[in-house]
Amino acid sequence: MASTTVVDFPSNFIKALGNPQLRRNLRAAMDTLGLRRRTLFADPAFFAQLRARGDAIRQRSLRKLPQLLEQLERKCTENGIQVHWAETTTEASQICLDLIQRHNATRVIKGKSMVSEEMHLNHVLEEHGIEALETDLGEYIIQLDHETPSHIIVPAIHKNRDQIAHLFHEKIPDTPYTEVVEELNAIARKVLREKFFAGEVGVSGANFAVAETGTLCLVENEGNGRMCTTAPPVHIVVMGLEKVVERLEDVPPLLRLLTGSATGQLITTYFNMITSPRKPGEKDGPREVHLVLLDNGRSKILADPQLRETLKCIRCGACLNHCPVYTRLGGHAYGYVYPGPIGSILTPQIEGLDHAGAMASASSLCGACEEVCPVKIPITHILRRLRNESYNKVDSPNAVKGHGYKSNLAESLTWKGWAMSNAAPWANALNAKMLAMLGSQLTKLTKVELVKNWSQGRTLPRFAPKSLHVLAKEKGIPHE
Amino acid sequence: MSEVGEVSHARDHILTRLRAAVAQVGESAPEAGALPPLDFDRAERVARLKRLMEAMHAEIVVTDSTGWVAALKNVLRQRTLNGLLYAPETPLGATLAAAWEDDLPPLVGYTQEVEQCKEQLFAIDAGITSTKGGIAEVGALILWPDAHEPRLMSLAPAVHIAVLDADRIHNSLAEAMAQERWAEGMPTNALLISGPSKTADIELVLTFGVHGPKELIVLILDDQPAPSAPS
Ligand code: SF4
Repeated sequence: MASTTVVDFPSNFIKALGNPQLRRNLRAAMDTLGLRRRTLFADPAFFAQLRARGDAIRQRSLRKLPQLLEQLERKCTENGIQVHWAETTTEASQICLDLIQRHNATRVIKGKSMVSEEMHLNHVLEEHGIEALETDLGEYIIQLDHETPSHIIVPAIHKNRDQIAHLFHEKIPDTPYTEVVEELNAIARKVLREKFFAGEVGVSGANFAVAETGTLCLVENEGNGRMCTTAPPVHIVVMGLEKVVERLEDVPPLLRLLTGSATGQLITTYFNMITSPRKPGEKDGPREVHLVLLDNGRSKILADPQLRETLKCIRCGACLNHCPVYTRLGGHAYGYVYPGPIGSILTPQIEGLDHAGAMASASSLCGACEEVCPVKIPITHILRRLRNESYNKVDSPNAVKGHGYKSNLAESLTWKGWAMSNAAPWANALNAKMLAMLGSQLTKLTKVELVKNWSQGRTLPRFAPKSLHVLAKEKGIPHE
Repeated sequence: MSEVGEVSHARDHILTRLRAAVAQVGESAPEAGALPPLDFDRAERVARLKRLMEAMHAEIVVTDSTGWVAALKNVLRQRTLNGLLYAPETPLGATLAAAWEDDLPPLVGYTQEVEQCKEQLFAIDAGITSTKGGIAEVGALILWPDAHEPRLMSLAPAVHIAVLDADRIHNSLAEAMAQERWAEGMPTNALLISGPSKTADIELVLTFGVHGPKELIVLILDDQPAPSAPS
């Protein structure tokens, strides 16, 4: 999403909420993923230990990030992998485009990569007459329908089988209509196998990069990632620069956390570790491997001790699966590449609060995301920070881009009023009395536009006759 | 942004920002310790790997170092396959070539670079490879493809047959990495494989055989099969 766009959240949300099919598709899928994760991590003591380890590894990686990236670059170069650095998504796409054009390639096959989505790489390549074909089944499905992923792990989860059946029937020549999942799968296999055979450049992401050995690690189930990284003569890896870890031994705990949190798997079908291009004498594998390291705001995030926790993320998607907001809206309503809790903390920091700050409000702060996050990212704390900085101009170099964009007069008055009412007991008491009086009258308020909108899908609350302040005082609790 | 040398500027700018960023935050708390190592006994390692990989729809045949070729022939005779891709220059390949029979799918050696034989690679039904070992904890094979046993052998054919020595099943990935000192020299490509290729991208319905092999058959060579009761 270009940073000039401001997403219209309210209308996106209303649209998403009004789509019962979407909600049914999502709900069932998210419940299943959640259940599988719980089953896999059934032993809380083991999970706590593993998680502490994962958290520590990611923290250490970030503490040493500049030196680890230099080490990674050195190791990769020694091994024959060419390393490129990009400050922005535009630069990263340009690097890929140059590499592809240098080989006169027009057929690019892609493994699933959220960073390439962040770069809008397919769009850039298509503008230059290059076919960039998504080969992960979910990504293939949504690309056929000109959509973006609605989930970072299961990108087509918003679609059900009849929607996919129609899509295949309409978009893939000579394809009969079928709703049998195995048959749909076989159709995609056939189409894509030809593409793997003919692909001139493979593009993929990476889940981890190991500084110690210069190894790029990819986690997948389908084998399309292996195809994209093995069959074509050139392989380009695009990766956010925070994905580096220090040592090879850091990989097993993170891998276990990633597959367990994402899909409740002990391990995926394939774990693919790439350390060099084809060596003399070897019979296959790409002759050239390129690693594109993308910053796109990450180095700024690293400077702040609280915000940097965002960069620990291993993109498992568990926070999406457990989020009451995500499971009702799906990913598209968020309007940006990364949806759900991780998207709500990452995107405003990259795009600026003035563009994506509203994402931070797409949360009830229930904390379910934090409870499941395998690397203990304090998501709700960061959400609150982003909300605060939306209202307050902050005098610090670490302030989030676009801070204070909501600090207009009306808003700040409201907040001052709220602050005063909480600081001064008499004001609070007054408020409470007014609310209690209003309570019984509230139904009449539904004529007021704001309340009318709000109450369309909800039951109006009844305010308690006595406030918590009052009740606490009656119970003899001096300070609540 | 099209100037020559722009890319190296990006590198400097990024590293400068990153260095300033880590200097601001500094070092923090000591690290949580490594997880306690797993310690299954030999029989448990074999049994666990078998159970977990079977759950992922791999077909596991437990045999031994004298009986495995016969077991393989049996597996092949149950199927209709147009050929078996193999690595003629490995000990495993030599054994196969010596023991081959006419009624079996013909052995096809992977002897040329992929550019010369891509069509055959994508057309052949089955491929057989050795393995470097296995992982009991999660149920997976370790493969380090090399010049003799190239990467596509375990990927392009619809059926992948893998031969695993039971002595080389490790407790965990961490253990395999440490004992075999992987960090001192990683190969071009190292792989863990836990079953045939699969996807759940349509309504989370698990289906097997999407882009990689549809079938994975593992011959475990176990010369010390477990007694029926633990001793
Ligand atoms: S924030 Fe945590 S739970 Fe969410 S995707 Fe990242 S690692 Fe997973």
